[in-house]
Amino acid sequence: MSLVRDDIYEYSLDAHHDEAAGKALRKKIYWVLALLSVVTMVEVGLGFKFGRVVELKETLKWVFILLTLFKAGYIVMVFMHLGDEKKNLRAIILVPYFVLVGYLIFICLDEAIYSSEHRAGIETSFKELNAKTPAPAHDEHGGGEHGEGGESHEGHH
Amino acid sequence: MSHGHEAVHKPTGTSTWGGGISPFKISYGKMMMWFFLISDAFTFSALLTSYGFYRHKYADNWPVAGDVFTHFPFYSGHIELAYVAFMTFVLIASSVTMVLAVEAGHRMDKKGVLFWMFWTIIGGLIFVGSQAWEWYHFIHGTAHGALRDIFDADLGQWVNTIVHGANLSHNEYGHPLFADFFFFITGFHGFHVFSGVVINFIIFLMVWSGKFEKTGHYEMVEKSGLYWHFVDLVWVFVFTFFYLI
Repeated sequence: MSLVRDDIYEYSLDAHHDEAAGKALRKKIYWVLALLSVVTMVEVGLGFKFGRVVELKETLKWVFILLTLFKAGYIVMVFMHLGDEKKNLRAIILVPYFVLVGYLIFICLDEAIYSSEHRAGIETSFKELNAKTPAPAHDEHGGGEHGEGGESHEGHH
Repeated sequence: MSHGHEAVHKPTGTSTWGGGISPFKISYGKMMMWFFLISDAFTFSALLTSYGFYRHKYADNWPVAGDVFTHFPFYSGHIELAYVAFMTFVLIASSVTMVLAVEAGHRMDKKGVLFWMFWTIIGGLIFVGSQAWEWYHFIHGTAHGALRDIFDADLGQWVNTIVHGANLSHNEYGHPLFADFFFFITGFHGFHVFSGVVINFIIFLMVWSGKFEKTGHYEMVEKSGLYWHFVDLVWVFVFTFFYLI
């Protein structure tokens, strides 16, 4: 490990390389460009061809997410140079991100299930209530339909 | 060239955290840029996660992006997602020109840095212009429109009318939240692209003036490059979650 200071403005770490290193790096950059372009074209092509096939929707969703993470990995590791930084730097950037965003996604998925079950539960109990109570003849245009319709009939939001 | 070996302060202990050295082997400015980008990444992750949450909640009338974004410049027909694919390619290409500018900076090649930064700025401008164009078509909508219940504040009641296009309160193509998220997320991202173009332009002028030749390195290009790649990174996710899925 080189013992160097980083608190001088004029000072920069790893800010130079020679022509040979530059040539190798350029080759790598163009290769990643080709890769990212091909992946994007594959994504658009898949969406174009199978986007409306209902049976493939779930599979396609995961294919897209995986290809996106693949592209993101190349952007962060090669273009943003994180792959060649020190391991501890990589860790302090990536670990907090994945822990917190992982938690955010988990809690949204978990609560989404809860909230839809909860909603379904309320609707069921309303139906049971309506079944038990005989509907008054004059209340045909009452708020009951409106309250439930709010969920499925957009425009009320 | 300041390689820093002359500026070495040897600490008594030689461990990573013993003091006097850079434990992460990265300059202060670059590390702070990374920290800023992590916080920005949290913001975008939160926006996209909440988008996903509401998309599933209102899955019944969530629009299919292929139905909404079908326009292509100078072509009267409809091609699904072709223009947004072009936009994505422009942004990835501008990310590549930026990384080539950084590479030229490492060789102290001022002309190379100026050349690649110029094309990065052009790519950014094309992208921002395309986004404005896409917003225009989304707001404008189709000629036939769709029937929606709109709340009339003067009458104090809901009125069933034909609406064209989308804004923050109604959306011809489906649930209004789709439009809200679209405007907010692509708008927030577009503002990042715009500020990235401004930052890149300022750095471009600094390179032009020969400031970094005097400093001895082009690290400022590297820092604005990190920001620019991040903008590209966010778009990769926006593209997937808004347009593909």
